[in-house]
This record gives sequence, structure tokens and C-alpha cells, in this order.
Amino acid sequence: MSGHSTYEPKTGFERWLDVRLPIVRLGYDSLIDYPTPKNLNYWWTFGGILAFCLGVQIISGVVLAMHYVPNSAMAFNSVEAIMRDVNFGWMLRYIHANGASMFFLAVYIHISRGLYYGSYKAPREVLWLLGCVIYLLMMATAFMGYVLPWGQMSFYGAVVITNLFSALDSVIPGLGTMITTWLWGGFAVDNATLNRFFALHYLLPFMIAGVVGLHIWALHVPGNNNPTGVAVKSKEDTVPFHPYYTVKDGFAVICFTIMFAWFVFFAPNALAHADNYIPANPLQTPAHIVPEWYFLPFYAMLRAVPDKLLGVMTMFGAIAVLFAVPWLDTSKVRSMRYRPAARTFFLIFLAVTLILGWCGSKEPDDVVIATGHDIAGDPTGLSVTVFSRFLALYYYGYFLAVLPLLGFFEKAKPVPETISSPVLSAHGHGVAMPAGAAAEASKKG
Amino acid sequence: MVETANANPNVEHGHSAQPGDEGSRRDFIHIAAIATVGVGAVATVWPFIDQMNPSADTLALASVEYDLSKVLVGSTASIKWRGKPVFVRHRTPKEIAEAVADDHAPMREPAADASRHKPGKAEWLVLIGVCTHLGCVPNLGGTYGGWLCPCHGSVYDTAGRIRAGPAPLNLFLPDYEFLTPTKVKIG
Repeated sequence: MSGHSTYEPKTGFERWLDVRLPIVRLGYDSLIDYPTPKNLNYWWTFGGILAFCLGVQIISGVVLAMHYVPNSAMAFNSVEAIMRDVNFGWMLRYIHANGASMFFLAVYIHISRGLYYGSYKAPREVLWLLGCVIYLLMMATAFMGYVLPWGQMSFYGAVVITNLFSALDSVIPGLGTMITTWLWGGFAVDNATLNRFFALHYLLPFMIAGVVGLHIWALHVPGNNNPTGVAVKSKEDTVPFHPYYTVKDGFAVICFTIMFAWFVFFAPNALAHADNYIPANPLQTPAHIVPEWYFLPFYAMLRAVPDKLLGVMTMFGAIAVLFAVPWLDTSKVRSMRYRPAARTFFLIFLAVTLILGWCGSKEPDDVVIATGHDIAGDPTGLSVTVFSRFLALYYYGYFLAVLPLLGFFEKAKPVPETISSPVLSAHGHGVAMPAGAAAEASKKG
Repeated sequence: MVETANANPNVEHGHSAQPGDEGSRRDFIHIAAIATVGVGAVATVWPFIDQMNPSADTLALASVEYDLSKVLVGSTASIKWRGKPVFVRHRTPKEIAEAVADDHAPMREPAADASRHKPGKAEWLVLIGVCTHLGCVPNLGGTYGGWLCPCHGSVYDTAGRIRAGPAPLNLFLPDYEFLTPTKVKIG
């Protein structure tokens, strides 16, 4: 899609088709001859892994929809029938349920890779924004899919998330209630809600696929970023996508699938919650409700704020801030390989987000660091809620203070002239050599 | 090249921007057409949005009747009304006294106990059993002798008033009336 096409139709049919619908040319230019930086590491394989995950979810989802009944009286039983009666239904459902977790695991690694190597910086801002849109669509799809089995966690997940909009009642009285009534199609989460969630859960993955197309298009115009963050300067810096990255991505997908299969066949409910095997009961909330693991950091931020509207804003803001990252980071250096201070702040940020996730899985009043005991002998001290406040502060601080200010204060390490020079010097050439010499060497090698 | 691009000499004339000429008949047709399509599009979109609002049969499920004689002193019944739980609490004299004693305590949404029940029916508390934070169903308990929400720890007192936790408002009161001394109609 970028630069001049090198495709030459081989057969008469290809020549005939090429002037009518150049679809073979498109495939050749984007998947075979697409020039790719030669130094991409395994963190770059998660794009391919994510495409694989989307395919798995769509295929397993379409076949599950052949057996599922989106009706509040029958949904739970139809899922149990899939588990017990439908041929291989148990496997299809466990692939789909664990596939969602695998999808989020891969997307979090993919986003972290982008944050670390500065993949969001010019000229890749649109690529980054499209990625953020995909992430939002993924969260909406996963949330609505989790509601479909109509267990207790499904039901109260739907109740809590849709009620987030009721916080708008404190902005304009009645607005939040109007929105929640519209979302529910009634006065509570009920059959109408389940039905529309199923329709949208089926629709959204295809919208994701469409935005993925745009995401790849926006990738192929500037080309891949790479671990050095240095732009491709010449043909010496690249290799064709096939066979170099089809094989590397393929190997990564195989390794990923082995882990995926381990969950499906040996620990299919490890990432789920037992309460979701209890049919939904609108009159009784489970004693301890938690979202799926991939939403826990945001859930912890929601609970960290004592005010309802501010809590909801803190949660949505944590995702919204990702959209602004290309303009928040003021550093000219892309890769954090050459930004020691930024690297440290980033690793702390990753740890903070993981600990926020841990906080989200705990009760709000659980004690993290005990400083004493009350009369009943229970520990007192730093609660999960207060601890989450400090962590949320760092989460926001990283984006709103560290990234903007570090560009002015940080002294970056020297950045190599080209992609080729650090690759070659790392392989025993010792001293850094001029860019031209490196390019020469790689030509001979 | 043959000049067939614009066969109508009047239109051609109208386009030759003369000073003071405000626009041609073609401009008018463009504006009128786009405006009509725009209004039509909005009018067509509305049914596609409004179909998600409660349907006629959902709106028709307006009221339920409940026999209070089944609810003993100190116990609570949960009734499903419009898909939501309604708590019918038969309060003990001690609970009523506590609620009245707290009438002037600092509260997020101050309300006298008398405003939380029907006149002369202080023993009967009828509330929508939905936490005003994010919609979970509170359980009996909490430090104020009323309800405790399991989701995010909101605490309500014996009159269903919010006393602690993230919820912004007291538990809502449904529309209800006493048909007989032992029967209520909710909704």
C-alpha cells in the first residue's frame, strides 16, 4: 500500500484480473513484498496474534450463535445445553470465553509495546488513534458478550456498567435515567436488554474487523516503527514481509496458541467466576461482584473515588487519556531504549497498572498494609480504596505530567544513525561505525 | 470540443457571478434538496433510536398488589416490580425510634423519617431495593441497622437513607397506596 507496487502478474488470468480488480496486487504489496524493518523483535508479533484472536472469536462466536437463545427465560439453559448436549459445544464455548481473555492479554502487550517504543509518535498518530478505537470496541464487545450467559455475574455486570450512565443525573437531572431506560428498554436490566446486547455483540466484531483494516492501512503508509525508533533510511534497513515476518509471526502464533489451548483444555474456568453458573436473580446481588480480569484496573479506579460522577469520569478518563498520548509525549526520541528516565517511569507505570488490577479484585475495605488492630482483632491500616487512590494518581501522572515534562528535562542517550548500525555493532563489530559503512557491511553480509 | 457541458443558457447566465446576484435557481434547488433530505434523515433516524425505549407491554406492567400480613415484625419481603426488587420492611419500634432520632444527623440527602413512610404507617417502609450508586441490590446489614450494598459498600439506615459509601441518594420510594390496612398496591 505504500510506495510503488512491485507486483507483476504472472499468468494470463492475473493480468486480466489486475486491470479489473487489483486484489492480488493488494495482497502481494501488503503481505508479501511489504518492506518491514529487519530488526523487529517478538513484541512486534502481537499484531499478527491479535488478528488471529479476532478470527478465532468470530468463527467460534458464529457457531455458538447457532445454539444460543437470547431470551432471559432460556439464555442460561441454552448455554448449559451448549456445554452438555451440543457436539463439541463445551470446547467451542471454552474457546470463545478464554479467547476473550487471550485477546485482551495480547492487546495489552501490543499497547504496552507501542507505549515503550513510541509507536504513537509522528507520523503514526492516526495508526495509534485507530488502535484506541479498536480497544474501545473490544471492551464494549467483551462486556456485552459476558452478559449473554445470563448468570449472576452477567446480570450484575450489566446492571453496574449500564448504571455508570446514571451518574449523568447529577449533571442534568433526569438525563442519566433517560439514558439507562433507553439502554435497558425497560426500568431494569431484563429481556429487552439481553436481546439487544446479543444483536450488538454479534455486530461489533465485524466493526472491529473494519477498523482493523483501517489500522493496517494506516500502518502500511508510514511503515512499521522498530525497536530503535529510528526511521527506515534505505532498502538495507528492511526485509520483505514474506517470508521473514510471516514465519516469525507464525511461530509466535503457534506458541501463543499452545498457552491458549492450555487454558481451554486444562483450566477453562480459571479466569471466570463461579457465581456466573448461578442463573441471574434480579432480587439478590452476589456478595462479592468483580468484573473480568481485563477490566480490574479501571474498576479499581472507579471505586477509588468516593463521588459517583467523579468516579465514573476517572474510570472513562483512564481510557480516554490514551487517545491523547501522541500529543502528551513531548520527547523527540521515539524508543525508550534511548530514554533511561522514561524507561523507569514506564516500568513503574506497568507495575502500578497491574497492582491496580489486584486492588480491583479485592474488597474496598480490605487492608493492604496493616498498622494496627481494631477491637474485634481485625487489622486496620491502608485500605484497598485509599491505596488505589495513590496508584490512580500515578496512572494519570504518567500520562499528564511525566510524558509532557520528560521531553524537556530528560537527557536521552545517543540514538543510532540507522537501524543497521546498532544491529551490526551488537554482533561484534565493536565500535559504532558510520552509517554508510554499516550499510555497506550489511550488503556484503 | 463541442460545448454541451451546459445546455441551458439561462443557468449559464445565472452562474456568471454578477455583482449583487445572490445565487442561481440551481443553488436554490441544491439547498432545498439538501435541507429536505436532512430533515427527512433526522425524522427517519428517530424510530431507529426510539425502538430501544420501553415497549408498550413493558410500560403496561405498572402495578402489583401485596398482602402485608405475611410480613412479620422485623422482617423484610422483596417483591419484583418492573423488573426491580421492592423492599417491604416491617420495622420494629426500636428501628423507628432510631430513624426518628437521626432525623437531624448530618446526611447526604437529608430527609425526616416521616417523609419516608405513609402517615400513621411508620412500621411499614416500602423502598425500591436498588442501590442509588450503580444499581446492585443491598442486603440487610451495615452499621446503621438498615442495608449494606455488597458492590461498593454503600450503607443505608433504618429509613433507607444513605449514610455512608459512594451512593449519592436515599433509596427511592415507589408510588404506592394502602388498599386496606393489610394490603398495598405498588405502582
